[in-house]
Amino acid sequence: MNNDSNHLRRIFVITLVLSVAADLLYWFLVGPHVPPGRMTSTASDNQWDFNVLMVIALPVLIGVWVFLGYTIANWSTKRANVPEPKGGPAARSNMKAQVLWIAITTVVVLFLAGFGTFELIVGNGSGGGEGPNPVWEPSGAAQAETAALTSSASWAPGKVLVVQVIAQQWKFTYRYPQFGGFETPELILPNNTTVAFNLTSLDVIHSFWAYQLEVKADANPQENNVAFTTTKQLGNFTVRCSELCGLWHGAMFDYGKVETQSNFTNWASTTETANAANTADLPAFAWTYVPDANGAAGGYYPDGTVTPYSSVETYGAKQAAS
Amino acid sequence: MTISAERPTISVDTNASPPSSRQKVSWTQRPGWLSQHLGTAIIAAVLGYVFGHWLGNYITSSYPYIANSGQNAASNALALTFGVVGWLLGIGALNYPLAKLVGKEPVHEPSVEGWSKYFRYTLDHKVVGLQYVVGVLLFLFTGGLLAMAIRTELLSPTTHVFGPGTYIEIVSEHGTIMMMMATSIIIGPLGNYFVPLMIGSRRMAFPRIEAFSFWIFIAGYGVIFSALPYGGFPTGWTGYAPLQTQAGPGMISYLLGFAVIGLGMMAAGFNIAATIINYRAPGMTWSRVPIFVWAILSTAALLTLATPTLFAAGLFGVLDKTVQTAFYVTEHGGSSYLWENLFWFFGHPEVYIMALPGFGIVAEILPVFTRKPLFAYKIAAAGMVGVALLSFFVWQHHLFQSGINPDMRPLFMLTTELISIPTGFIFLVGMGTLYRAKIRFEVPMLFAMAVFFNFLIGGVTGVFLSDVPVNVTVHGGFFVLSHFHYTIMGGLLFAFMAGLYYWLPKMTGRMMNKKLGQWHFWTMFVFFNLTFFPMFIIGLLGQPRRVFTYAKNLTILNDFSSISAFLLGFSFLIFFANLMWSMYIKPEKAPANPWDSLGLEWQTANPIPEYNFERIPVIMTDPYHYSEVGAPAVADLGLAGSGAKASSSTSPSKSS
Repeated sequence: MNNDSNHLRRIFVITLVLSVAADLLYWFLVGPHVPPGRMTSTASDNQWDFNVLMVIALPVLIGVWVFLGYTIANWSTKRANVPEPKGGPAARSNMKAQVLWIAITTVVVLFLAGFGTFELIVGNGSGGGEGPNPVWEPSGAAQAETAALTSSASWAPGKVLVVQVIAQQWKFTYRYPQFGGFETPELILPNNTTVAFNLTSLDVIHSFWAYQLEVKADANPQENNVAFTTTKQLGNFTVRCSELCGLWHGAMFDYGKVETQSNFTNWASTTETANAANTADLPAFAWTYVPDANGAAGGYYPDGTVTPYSSVETYGAKQAAS
Repeated sequence: MTISAERPTISVDTNASPPSSRQKVSWTQRPGWLSQHLGTAIIAAVLGYVFGHWLGNYITSSYPYIANSGQNAASNALALTFGVVGWLLGIGALNYPLAKLVGKEPVHEPSVEGWSKYFRYTLDHKVVGLQYVVGVLLFLFTGGLLAMAIRTELLSPTTHVFGPGTYIEIVSEHGTIMMMMATSIIIGPLGNYFVPLMIGSRRMAFPRIEAFSFWIFIAGYGVIFSALPYGGFPTGWTGYAPLQTQAGPGMISYLLGFAVIGLGMMAAGFNIAATIINYRAPGMTWSRVPIFVWAILSTAALLTLATPTLFAAGLFGVLDKTVQTAFYVTEHGGSSYLWENLFWFFGHPEVYIMALPGFGIVAEILPVFTRKPLFAYKIAAAGMVGVALLSFFVWQHHLFQSGINPDMRPLFMLTTELISIPTGFIFLVGMGTLYRAKIRFEVPMLFAMAVFFNFLIGGVTGVFLSDVPVNVTVHGGFFVLSHFHYTIMGGLLFAFMAGLYYWLPKMTGRMMNKKLGQWHFWTMFVFFNLTFFPMFIIGLLGQPRRVFTYAKNLTILNDFSSISAFLLGFSFLIFFANLMWSMYIKPEKAPANPWDSLGLEWQTANPIPEYNFERIPVIMTDPYHYSEVGAPAVADLGLAGSGAKASSSTSPSKSS
């Protein structure tokens, strides 16, 4: 089947040339600009991960497209002199082609799974939600998380910063347990610092997506969900809710800032002092909070005869009724 | 071989008198208006709704009302339930089981002649198939209009056409309607119509269950849209709790709607699986079953096994909202994680319920238009079964960032990526079949080729989503939205169109207009890609799903996508114009076998008699012997005068 190998060789060569060209163009021209940039360790890690996948994906796309293009160009009835196709066993199966195809796809798939797992572990969860007890965490995170629950927790440059993200319809607020547990609508982070985001929600499921930081994790009511990243650059970043949370989901966004470590310390200490009175009204810092019986966004039972669901202290209960 | 001697023949007595009124004829099949049909179903549904509402208010007066609505949840749920029961009673779906229940012998059910049979509960799978065609197009049309509304709102990040509440209603209805439609878009119309014809059967195994599945599917459409007067539901098609628990009365319509459609899906899957397993003609061994039937069988298995989870999950939600159980209420010991797990445990097999029939159609059509046998038939069948099996082990990839089972993420990453191996089989089969073929680019073939193009993009981006680190970037954004539109719309819907253009000549005896068909294809293909490809970039640039406002720098991309979407909507108008033109305005009679297919379904008489085959065919071989000299005929149809066609030197002797 001399003719056969000619077709396949031509398809292979075209695919190879186009793939190498596309991969090189992608890697050097597009790759460095792929979102979400390089503001944090997870952002640059996941950008690299995305680019590796793309370099593998492009030849697959090109291979199939070249094949389809080649068939259309050569074997359409519109072209004169298309030979009559042959039926029979040779056209029905080809053991070599089948084994080769299955082998190649299997190797690629297993490599991808291994690569993804490696990146996930090395990246300490890659900025994704790791549940209440993270299996992969940066060094010092466990100690900082444990210490956060004690009122004497403190932060100094080099230590892991614990930030609690409290989501509710339709805003995010942030508690800094290492600074007395004050709560603020501002998200300010120190540069070159590993941050442990602890997410929880007071009502429905939200998702905290700090876009440039490459952190994304669901905020679930009465669950703690932890995600890690390490800041690498100064600048502003966007926070959006990426899990449908009701009426104003589309408007649930705000902005945060990565500041120098000294600026951050100044800001945090000032805010801690300024908020001391409010902080005293908040429930003690905890990973999760039981919502007030009235709910953060209106009562579940609207008939006015509400009793608290739980005997424990509820979030918002200490605050004066508005 | 003495098979043919024992084969029964259906004798059609053309002189038989029409059933007189003195003979007992079922209410569903009586001629005229004094019978059960769509009209009585609507009346009974309304009566059932009113009765249920009254009953609910009566037995649960002074019981918890839904927050901020003045509605009684129990009364809403009962109203919809009784509405559906009334609908089924009215159409006559319950006549037979009720008669059996009270010990009455079921009455004779001859098919009604004429067009009015399409408005009745009928036992002919070919009628049900055509009913489904109209049904799914109705779903598609309404879902598509809602999509146009979404893209209109997203034209500008700051100027709003709809309020946020209306917008969420539209998004949720669009998702739910489209997902429900997509579960049945191929298995309903084409599966019901062609599976018996392709396996050489005279009927479905459970024709009553089959008809039931269609009529309850339509009831589900009504139930879902009943959310609109109640203010819709704010959860999208995924219905996550506790937003679900918090939502207004429209949520009941969503939960019950899924339960109702779920009943139909289970019924449809059960019937089709039983038919394929038990009703194959003699000689139709598993290695001769057409590949489309393999796809439908794997889909039917998924429908039967995965849907019960959805059904139960939906009913738990209804209980939470009506009688204050706490399946999903965290404060009372339930869990919002429970819904996520149950929903996706159904939801991921569901995704393959929407992919496999498309693979089946493409693999079935390719040999016809390439004049080559299907390449690697066994690999194709194995691929479909493999996808179906693996699809039960991947559901948590929807929950990678949720905090559920974080240490299991590598496993779910592996299982998800493993699915691309059997999916890759389908590409091997397609490319092998195209290799050194002689391709006729008729309209169905154009759509089939487009499936390969679109599904490749959908599949490859799926690998990006399955990679946990990259998933952090793309989860919950427009990237994933684009990905599943590429697989479901680019794969399934294009395959459905291929199937419609391919098989409508057999179903209706009329050819679709080729010129309009080409216009439809090219506009749909081009504008589909122009609508959804930019969404990958929009997603990477940080736009979450289901938002009514977005970053200003994404305006140009969003506008580009919106305008393409309007033109994509226009391509469907071309399709409807073609449908009207070719079927009603200027019908052109279709030849008996317009595409020169070897498939058994094309060898039946035209129009197809009610019992499909005068004699049960004996299957000689698989239907893919294209371009093969001296190949055996696919089947011995046992017809007088057709012996020359059916027999050849290679076929087994059929003389008795």
